[in-house]
Formats: sequence, structure tokens, C-alpha cells
Amino acid sequence: MQPGLYHILFISTGLFFIGAYGFFTRKNLITMLMSIELILNSVNLNFIAFNKYLWPNQMDGLFFTLFIIAIAAAEAAVAIAIIINLYRNHQSIDVDDAEELKY
Amino acid sequence: MMNLNTTLLLLIPFLPLAGFVILGLWGRKIFKANAGWVGTLLMLASFLIAVYTAYEYFTHSSGGHYDKIVPINYTWLKFSSTLSINMGIMLDPISVMMIVVVTLVSLMVHIYSLGYMKGEERFPTYYAFLGLFTFSMLGLVLSSNLFQIYIFWELVGVSSFLLIGYYYDRPSAVAAAKKAFIVTRFADLGFLIGILILSYCAGTLDFTTMINTLTSPESSELKTSLTYSFLGVSALTWGAALVFIGGAGKSAMFPLHIWLPDAMEGPTPVSALIHAATMVVAGVFLVARLFPVFSFTTPGVLQVVGWVGAFSAGFAAIIACTQTDIKRVLAYSTMSQIGYMMFALGVSGMGGEEGAGYTASMFHLFTHAMFKALLFLGAGAVIHYVHSNDMKDMGGLRKYMPLTHLTFLVACLAIAGIPPFAGFFSKEAILHAAYQHNTIIYWIALLTSGLTAFYMFRLYFNIFWNKPHQAHGEKHGEGGFAMMLPLVLLGLGAIGAGFIPFGKFVSADGNPLHMETDIAFSVLPVSLGVAGILLAAWFYLKQNSRPDAVASGLNGFYKAAYHKFYIDEIYQFVTKKIIFNCIGRPAAWFDRNVVDGLINLAGSGTEAVSAGIKKMQSGKVQQYGMYFLVAALALAALFIYILK
Repeated sequence: MQPGLYHILFISTGLFFIGAYGFFTRKNLITMLMSIELILNSVNLNFIAFNKYLWPNQMDGLFFTLFIIAIAAAEAAVAIAIIINLYRNHQSIDVDDAEELKY
Repeated sequence: MMNLNTTLLLLIPFLPLAGFVILGLWGRKIFKANAGWVGTLLMLASFLIAVYTAYEYFTHSSGGHYDKIVPINYTWLKFSSTLSINMGIMLDPISVMMIVVVTLVSLMVHIYSLGYMKGEERFPTYYAFLGLFTFSMLGLVLSSNLFQIYIFWELVGVSSFLLIGYYYDRPSAVAAAKKAFIVTRFADLGFLIGILILSYCAGTLDFTTMINTLTSPESSELKTSLTYSFLGVSALTWGAALVFIGGAGKSAMFPLHIWLPDAMEGPTPVSALIHAATMVVAGVFLVARLFPVFSFTTPGVLQVVGWVGAFSAGFAAIIACTQTDIKRVLAYSTMSQIGYMMFALGVSGMGGEEGAGYTASMFHLFTHAMFKALLFLGAGAVIHYVHSNDMKDMGGLRKYMPLTHLTFLVACLAIAGIPPFAGFFSKEAILHAAYQHNTIIYWIALLTSGLTAFYMFRLYFNIFWNKPHQAHGEKHGEGGFAMMLPLVLLGLGAIGAGFIPFGKFVSADGNPLHMETDIAFSVLPVSLGVAGILLAAWFYLKQNSRPDAVASGLNGFYKAAYHKFYIDEIYQFVTKKIIFNCIGRPAAWFDRNVVDGLINLAGSGTEAVSAGIKKMQSGKVQQYGMYFLVAALALAALFIYILK
């Protein structure tokens, strides 16, 4: 059986919620960053799938995906820099330890 | 035509202002003990220019008639095409006379203070305040419109407040300063409302236009304003009466006089300048300035002016006979003499012989400034010598302070109306005017002039004769050159000022008025004055028991007069018991409970809400992420299923 649009959308939805679940439950910032990457990749999958099945003659979705991958890489670099700084200040990368900015 | 330079004119008020600014900013750092010289030299320059201006003005009459001229008129605030507030200078006989009086007395006080206030810690500040006062007073008398006069009116009030409270570490001085300010402020409220009414009726604030509009029977403004009325009295009458209340407050007329005796807490030269010679006559000046309106449009108010003046004159004279603080005696005597000026205006008519009262009033203002400033400065020298205000601590000083004694005697003779001293001429003119217009006021004035002679010589004998002086081991003499010079100069003024043919220069309508001294008429007042002096001599020349015997003979009346007829106590009762309890306390309750309650409710309500929702900002990133996700899903649901 050839995989159709719906199959891929199921996978991407699954990826999205796995990522969201990881983001909300994990306390380790690195893991949370990885969860965010999952969410981004689910979006990438959607772009690719819609591009391939709905407008096969166009390349817009592909380019979007490439951009998102590039930006995600940059974002990961920034995030890791923040995490390193956080570690230097708190000797921990647990998200619950960094809660000074509150009421 | 007159050769008046407007820059020169502006210098008259602005030189003292420069003194205030310079000494106020740098006096304590740079000038220190020299501050007095800075102030005095600026004042001297201002005085010389004022004298020059007066000379130019009075030697250039148009056929004996003196016009009102407005050399400077600058539109300051423009409200409409007809109504604007201007800043200007108006020269007419009374304002020219006043600038000479103010600058002369101020100069004398500046010189005198060089000696009297020497070594005071706030010496430069004192001179700065004197400069501010002189500026304000000059601005007041030169004002070309009613609102400008009000601005300077308040400025003299403030400078008076500052100078009464000069010894601010003395609670009585602070209380006196506040009292003076509040009482005059209270009267000024009336003044302000009066200004609004008069300017509304006349459609202008400018003196010349206002007087023209309100005194010509054909003017449409006057016809319209006469139709307005309140409580059965025309609005114009209300306006004039309220303006007079302002004047009465500043001039310490009964019943607003209570601040003046207390104002003696200030340094004595200040009392001489502000509370004897210049500021307290501002009320008289104001009535004189608006005299055509009072005389033509609201003769009823002019009647009130006359009666209030006559009553204050007699009332203050009686109190003055019983006081023992020499400055208070002088304060009541000032009030009494201002009463004279007021009722002289009150009995005056507009033009020609009818206007004799107006000229007499201004004449008395002029001579009074000389001899009353002299009396205060002499009293200052005495106080300087014995370190006390009370006449019980004095006596027999004539050998110790010969010059002060002589000048004080001259001033006493002048105020008692003994010829040929200045007071004789002006008082005679006033009595003459009163005699022709209102016999009752004339008799009050006559009795008062006898009383005046009595209490002034009571003061004189108590200071310089009576008991022999018990030396307190004073090493210093009666005061340096700086203190003696003003006494001598003012003494010459008190002798000579009466010979000025005043009527030639100042009259209600600007035309010269011939004033002659009627010898037959003068016999009665002068012999009453002499009788007063002899009576005072009989009581006080030598120490004896006669004054006490008379005082106990007049027991109740004497006590009442000694306590100033309990006016202060009545005011205390009215304010503390009635106003505080009936208005103050309910208002305070309303403020604390209702007004504050509403504000507090808003505050505590906000606090409660924020306490409830502040937990949302927990600082936990994942919680924020959850809000975001839930909100995004909710929005998605909203757009997909509900808003389709």
C-alpha cells in the first residue's frame, strides 16, 4: 500500500504531541530543546507532505523546510549557549532551578 | 512735554528687585556683611530716580491740571479682544507721591538697618526681603490696572509675612506671621471677587477705562450693570464693597485689624517700613485709586468707608492708651491714623472744594509716613538701648539718648497735631473736610485727636521721663551714625512736610485745590491736643500713683481696652468653637471616612485581585508553555468550530 497524505499527517501529529509532551514534562533543558526539535520536525513533515501531495509541481514547501532546518540549527546554537550560561550561574540545567523571574 | 525715560521709570521698581535677586542668591556666600551696602546703594539709586520722576511730573502740568499718563502698557494675558491683563506703569499725582514716599522710607530703613541689624545671622536675607518688599510696593502703586495691583498686593503680603516671621525661631513671631497672612488673605478673597465683579461690569481691568466707563452716566456698560443686583443691592455696590474689604484687611481697619499689633514681632525697622509707612496704607491707596467709582457710582460704599475709618480711628486710639508694649502702642496709633485717612476719603466728594477730603487723606498719608516711620525707628533705637519692648523697663532715657529723644519729641508733636509740625496741617485738613460733610465723624475725629496727643505723650513721658533710668550697665551709646542719620532726616521731614502746598499737586480730579489753614477752626483741635499732652504730663512726667488710680476707677472699661476689647478672643471663639465644630469636624469626618474610604476601597480591591492572579507569573517556563498551548488550542477551536 502506497502511503498517502493522511498517513504522514498522522505521523507528524504524533511527533508534535510527543514533542509537546516532552517539553511540558521534562525538567532537563537539553531534553526540552530536543522536544522542541521534534515539534519543528513535525512541522517540516507537514510542509513536505502538503507540497508533495497537493501541489506536486511547486517547490515552496521544500524551501520552507530547508529554511526551518537552517534556523533550527541556529536556534539550537543559541539555546545551547543560553544553557551553558545558565549552568555557569546555577550549576544546574534543571528548568525548575531557574525561576527567579516571577512575581 | 515731560522728559520721562521709560527705562528710567522701570528702574525704580526693578532696582530693589535686583537687590532681592542678587542678595537672595549670593548674599550669604559672597556679600555677607556687605549685603546691607548693596541693598542700600540700589535703594538710593531707586530713590533718586523716583525723586527725579516726581520733579519731572510735577513741574509739567497742563495748565495746573495733572493728567494720568500710562507710559508703559504691555499686554500680558489676552482673553478676548476687549479683556486682557496688562502690565503697565501709570503715573498720576498719587502714584508719583507714593513712589517718593515708599522709596524714601525704604531708603531710611535700609540705612537704619545697617546699624540696627548689624551682626544678625541672616543679615543678607533680611536685605533681600526688604528689596522684595520695596519692589512689590512700588509695583503696587504704579499699577495701571486692577489685576496688576492684585498681583503686587499679594506680593507685599508675602514679603510682609516673610519679614514678620524673620525671627523664625521665636514661636510668637511665627504665629504673628501666619496670623497676618491669613487675616489679609481672608480679606483678599473679598478683593478678588470685587475685582471680578467690577471688571465684569466695566468690561475691562484697566483703571482709566474702568473709571471712565463706570462714571459716565451715558455708558452702556454702566446702564447694564445697574440692572444686576444681589440681595437687593446692585452688583456694582457689592463689587466696590468687596474691594474695600480687601483694602480694609491690608490697612488693618476694624474688624480686620487684629493682625497689625501682632505683626510687631518683626524687626523694628520692618515695622517702620511695612506696618507703619507703606504697606498698611495700601488700602487707602486702593480706595483713592478707584475713588471716582466709589464717589460717583457707589456713594453708599463710600459712606461705609467713612464710618469704618472713623470707628477704627477712635477704637484704636482707646486701646493705644492702655498698652504697655511701645511697639503695640505705635501699632494701634498707626491703625488710628489710617482710620483718619479712610474717613477723610469717606467724607470726600469728587471735584473742587468737595474733594478736599481726598487731598487731605493723601496729605495725611504723606506726612504720616514721615513721622510714623520716625517714631518706629526711634522706638527701635530705644529698644536697642534697653533690650526690652515694655515701657515699664524704660524711663529717664532723655539724658542717655539725646538725639533719639529730640527726634521722638518732634514726631510726637507732629502726630499730636501741634503747629507747625507736619501732622498739624494734614490733620487740620482732614478735620476741616469732615466738619463740612459729616458732623458726627468730625466729633469722633476731634476726640480721637485729643486721645492721640494723650497716648503719644504717655509713650513719650514713659520712655524719656518718668522714673530715673536704672542703668543696666550698657556700654554702647544710643546707636551709630547709620541709626541716627535716618532719625534726623525723617525728623526734618516731620517738621517740614506740612509746608508743602499739597493741594496744588494732589486732588481728586487733577485740578489744583487751594487749601488754607483756618486759624479760628484750628483753635479747638490744637487746644485739645495740648490738653492731651498736659494730661499725659500730669500722669506720667513723674512717677506717681495717678495712672493706677484712674485705671482702677475705670475698672471694667480699662480692662476691656487693655485686652483690646476681646476681639482676638471673639475670633478665637468663632473659629475654634463654632467653625471648627460645625464645619471643620464634619468635613474632617467626611474626608476620613467617605473620601478616604473610597480611595482605600479602590486600593484594597486592586490588591486582592492581584494577590489572586499573581501566582500565574510563576517563573516556570513550562507553565507558560502550557498556557500558550491551551490558549492556542482554544483559539483554534474558536475559529474552527464557533466562528467558522
